[in-house]
Amino acid sequence: MAGVGKTISEKIFSAASGRDVWAGDLVVAEVNSAMAHDGTALLAIEAFEEMGGTKVWNPSRVALFLDHVAPSSNETFSKVHKRMRRFAFKHGIPLYEVGSGVCHQLMVEEGYVRPGELVVGADSHTCTYGALGAFATGIGSTEMAAVFLSGKLWFKVPETLKIEIEGSLPPFVTPKDVALRVIGEVGADGATYQAVELHGSTIEEMSVEGRLTLCNMAVEMGAKTGIINPDEKTYSYLSQLGLNPGRGLSSDPDAQYAKMLEFDVSSLEPQVACPHAVDNVKPVSEVEGTPVDQVFLGSCTNGRIEDLRLAAKILEGKVVKRGLRMIVTRVYLQALREGLIETFVKAGCAVCNPGCGPCVGAHQGVLAPGEVCLSTSNRNFKGRMGCTDAEIYLASPATAAATAITGRITDPRSVVRA
Amino acid sequence: MKEPNRGKTLPIRGRAWKFGDDVNTDLIIAGKYKLSITDLDELSRHAMEGLIPDFAERFRRGDLIVAGRNFGCGSSREQAPLVLKHLGVGAVIAKSFARIFYRNAINIGLPAAECRNVNRISDGDILEVDLEAGLVRNVTKGESYRITPIHPDLLQILVEGGLINYVKKHGALPWQLRSGR
Repeated sequence: MAGVGKTISEKIFSAASGRDVWAGDLVVAEVNSAMAHDGTALLAIEAFEEMGGTKVWNPSRVALFLDHVAPSSNETFSKVHKRMRRFAFKHGIPLYEVGSGVCHQLMVEEGYVRPGELVVGADSHTCTYGALGAFATGIGSTEMAAVFLSGKLWFKVPETLKIEIEGSLPPFVTPKDVALRVIGEVGADGATYQAVELHGSTIEEMSVEGRLTLCNMAVEMGAKTGIINPDEKTYSYLSQLGLNPGRGLSSDPDAQYAKMLEFDVSSLEPQVACPHAVDNVKPVSEVEGTPVDQVFLGSCTNGRIEDLRLAAKILEGKVVKRGLRMIVTRVYLQALREGLIETFVKAGCAVCNPGCGPCVGAHQGVLAPGEVCLSTSNRNFKGRMGCTDAEIYLASPATAAATAITGRITDPRSVVRA
Repeated sequence: MKEPNRGKTLPIRGRAWKFGDDVNTDLIIAGKYKLSITDLDELSRHAMEGLIPDFAERFRRGDLIVAGRNFGCGSSREQAPLVLKHLGVGAVIAKSFARIFYRNAINIGLPAAECRNVNRISDGDILEVDLEAGLVRNVTKGESYRITPIHPDLLQILVEGGLINYVKKHGALPWQLRSGR
């Protein structure tokens, strides 16, 4: 294959496996970082010990997070947390306590991900970090135990679906709307086993936070990762976090792609994923007026500071509709400093500590039969938020805030003039 | 250490439970159970509950799951294949799998095979799955269908009953047994 360019994914796997590899090759590769959380770590710890593990390959490159049931809502999970704390202490692994934040945000902020690296996590939304030009993908608990033991894992080097997104996003139309638009087109299994590489002027203009939202949703089309060639924005984002971003890798202009798709988002309407599938996507105008009981702002998809700023801008000076509840989960400090928490509390929102509880139906916002929730998270599967007879719509933080004000699914542009 | 000898798999015979496309991990085992129950006996009682509320009661050990596209999409939760294995699912045959579910199934020793002809299989059909021959025999209908061959390295993990058993038996991970890597 001499003379043919490589995708960023092929380059990262070549570097991580120490040989020249291409899409379709099965490789054993060294990972740079690995993480598990309270939903997946127990099985990984048990498997590690059953395999006879006594020493973790590199404790400083492993991180454990207490975020899925945090603080614990039941004795069973209090025991899981206790076990994880013990394991972390014994092996010298950093453990992020309840209240620290959502794993995928912390992995980025705490410097576990750099451009060009290979990162695995026992969570499907590990693909989020592809926004930094890393190859990051979700794995299971037993194979995480194998990573704890050896720092290595087998991978199939994926083919790549190249998506070009062009145009400036209209006001109050967000990266989440772009993600939903793309998933609606590609379908829930349209990119299975593939890397989804995002290109185009929209991506170049987009903040790193927005890119994290986009890549987070890649798994909802079956992709192994969402990935973006690192640029100056990537490097300065990491530098501002006080991290050394290193120097990443990028796809060659003549790289081979399995397929290419193009989107123009310059006149994109806010998008909504309707029950019970993430690819059941409609423009907000088609579902406007649907009564809603609960709005959830947060999650690894849309729980970043830009998301809160946007929602607070819409909610400023307004109140949540009587009869509807709005739950906000987010790292406190910066939001507090900027006065965003005050805006949410004054609007009548329930502001909880950061975590995954509402999104996975663990606690902090479990739905009742017949209820409807509009959520900024990433999955609207039947039963996802704890009740099989409830309905979940997915949308952007802007649509979520507008909906909280009116009590019905609402185009944010009708609430605030741009 | 040298690589282990290739093991043998016996044909798996059972009755088909037929499901549609996009059976996600929340339907296989809901997050609300996964995040409150760690005991596998208790957790398994809620398997497939989102689709068939009394599935675990009616399911007989050795039965097979047959599904359409994208089986196991969604979360990375290993509890999804684990509850199926714990109930005694002989194999999952699907038109296609979500990648993490597929990896997890192999790693815990639950046979999973891709078959293009799942639409020919009806609920209740008796099937024989031969992973090594790459064949599903539909005993009820007298037909046979090809299954996509499982990579030999992965079949070996499956034959040993999953990655934990593999390590217990061979004292090392598959890639640690190879020279050079």
